[in-house]
Amino acid sequence: MLKILALPIAAALLLVSAATVQAVEVKAAVLRVDYPVLLPISRYDLRPADLGFAGAALADEDNSTTGSFLGHTFETTTVAVPPDQADAALDEILAQGIRLIVIQSNGTDLLRLTDHAAKAGALVLNTWAPDTALRDDQCRGNLLHIAPSHGMQADAVAQFAVWKKWDDWFLISGSNPADVALADAYRHAARKFGAKIVEERIFEDTGGSRRTDSGHVLVQRQMPVFTQGARDHDVVIAADETDYFARYLPFHLWTPRPVLGSAGARPTTFHGAHEAWGATQYQTRFENLTGRYVRPEDYNVWLALRVVGEAVTRASTADPQGILDYVLSDEFELAAFKGQKVTFRDWNGQLRQPILLYDGSITVSVSPQDGFLHQVSPLDTMGLDRPESNCTAFN
Amino acid sequence: MKSILLSTVLATLIAGPVLAGKAFISNERGNTVTVVDTDNWEVITEFPVGNRPRGITVSPDGKLLYVCVSDDSVVRVFDTETYEELYTLPSGPDPELFVMHPSGNPLFIANEDDNLVTVTDTETHTILAEIPVGVEPEGMAISPDAKFVVNTSETTNMAHFISTEDYKIKYNVLVDQRPRYAQYSNDGSRLFVTSEIGGTVAVMDIDADGKPTLIKKISFEVPGVQPEWLQPVGAKLTPDGSRLFVALGPANRVAVIDGHSLEVLDYILVGQRVWQLAFTPDMKFLITTNGNSNDITVIDVAREKAIRSVQVGQQPWGVAVID
Repeated sequence: MLKILALPIAAALLLVSAATVQAVEVKAAVLRVDYPVLLPISRYDLRPADLGFAGAALADEDNSTTGSFLGHTFETTTVAVPPDQADAALDEILAQGIRLIVIQSNGTDLLRLTDHAAKAGALVLNTWAPDTALRDDQCRGNLLHIAPSHGMQADAVAQFAVWKKWDDWFLISGSNPADVALADAYRHAARKFGAKIVEERIFEDTGGSRRTDSGHVLVQRQMPVFTQGARDHDVVIAADETDYFARYLPFHLWTPRPVLGSAGARPTTFHGAHEAWGATQYQTRFENLTGRYVRPEDYNVWLALRVVGEAVTRASTADPQGILDYVLSDEFELAAFKGQKVTFRDWNGQLRQPILLYDGSITVSVSPQDGFLHQVSPLDTMGLDRPESNCTAFN
Repeated sequence: MKSILLSTVLATLIAGPVLAGKAFISNERGNTVTVVDTDNWEVITEFPVGNRPRGITVSPDGKLLYVCVSDDSVVRVFDTETYEELYTLPSGPDPELFVMHPSGNPLFIANEDDNLVTVTDTETHTILAEIPVGVEPEGMAISPDAKFVVNTSETTNMAHFISTEDYKIKYNVLVDQRPRYAQYSNDGSRLFVTSEIGGTVAVMDIDADGKPTLIKKISFEVPGVQPEWLQPVGAKLTPDGSRLFVALGPANRVAVIDGHSLEVLDYILVGQRVWQLAFTPDMKFLITTNGNSNDITVIDVAREKAIRSVQVGQQPWGVAVID
């Protein structure tokens, strides 16, 4: 399923400096691996068919508008495949001569695809996999992470909790490997910022359907009992990466407490109601183009392709190595509707960015929180910091 | 004798209010404009203007007040004496900032949502042209000879130089991230463009034909303030070109820059999230709008000191001043 997002290019090519008059053709691809998953708990979270790809369409428009003044053209191919066809889809992308590849997949597939792409000299941009290992000892020199790690997400939540002086946590996590990994990130965040996990429980995933008629009746009886008798806590932290129970926690706790993490105020890169820092214009452009609200998957892909676009604009190259060198240099900076520039950690390829805390309708807060300082950037208070990272691929 | 004195006093009383200078402040959240007397710095009144007012300017004769009412997608025009709404002008969607031809006509409006600059005739109230520019057009400036209009686009990160003869873009200059405001020197030989997220002010030399050459980027440093919060927004240059004042947004400061050496001389502490700036016509004062403290700061231009703050409406954004 190949779809080309070709865009009309404005005619006027008027330039100031001869150095920038250099036609550059930028071809990129978005490879999305669609895993068999159960329906989300909320219908609002149903996956649109163009998830992620819609962000690519907007990025192509934005990049092309800028490119029209410089002689740069942008074209992005989008491919969605089941897991067993991911390698073949990558081969096809590479066969088309494309060397700038955005991948939306889990960490295991991402690593294999990235290593395969490296043989062809391609640059990969990760827009989904949150695994901390990919930024640590499993990092790759041709892999940039637009998506925040579990560590960044957990630290964003932890800073907010600590700012609120909600220091005693009741951590409730899921039983799937992704939930366990996320729970680990919350434990690490608690140690890092001086919070205390006073109680931990695991909500077992026993399978079954997510959709049942009047299921709320059982939820209302089940959740208070599950959370009964926990030691005194200020806040419940939910680690439910697979989305099967956390949404049921708010209002159903035995002890009335706020919920953060996978329910309540949730860490995200972006959402359809975010309006600060000029984001309203982003929302309007996105909705006019796609007819729906933006999802973090869309924003992440948009941001990945804007990173590429910005490098092309400034460095006048579409060469993967040239783009990588530029975005990892001190020269690179990008406005991303988050109130400050986003840049890369040049030692593990992770994009530094503020994390929004979102309650399902508005931005509750934005981390890093006031007072969390760092010698390089306050953004480096979230996620693996340089001395903690075992990544050597960028040395 | 007594009666003569009395009539003199009466005459003064009648003439008095007409002579008072006024600052008009658009309140982005309050949906109002606050009018401040620039002689005694008292608030005269606050009147409703429509949804999300931002860009604000006055006609050359000082009689008409133009307000970009972003969420209503129009420019509303008010009488600067009676504060009555006179009419609206078509602006294109989501007008944010605009600049007026020195003659008072036309108005060049940045449409953030549509990647357009709209040219609106202020007499016939019609749109003369729509000029495609980069993504998220914002800052607008006009050269003193009125031959070029400059627009900055926030996501494309360029200053676009548009000829006022044929409304075509003649030059594009890449600047740092999120350019918000452009300001020509009075002799037209310099252009300054602020980049909010980049944290810099781009300085361009403009030759006799209006062609720009980027010569420097000014950056800022304030001890104890995170560099991320040094976000240049509004900027104003003194008519003699000796001083450039730059509002630094959430750094809550206005930078004072030597207009010739381009060195930063000082930082003046003002209210919170300082957006835009305007001089009083006598050049004695610079007024800043402080979005997060709901006030304006008055800076003594000669002494380069903040002398007072005045509470205005909710989330003040733009400011325009008349004699």
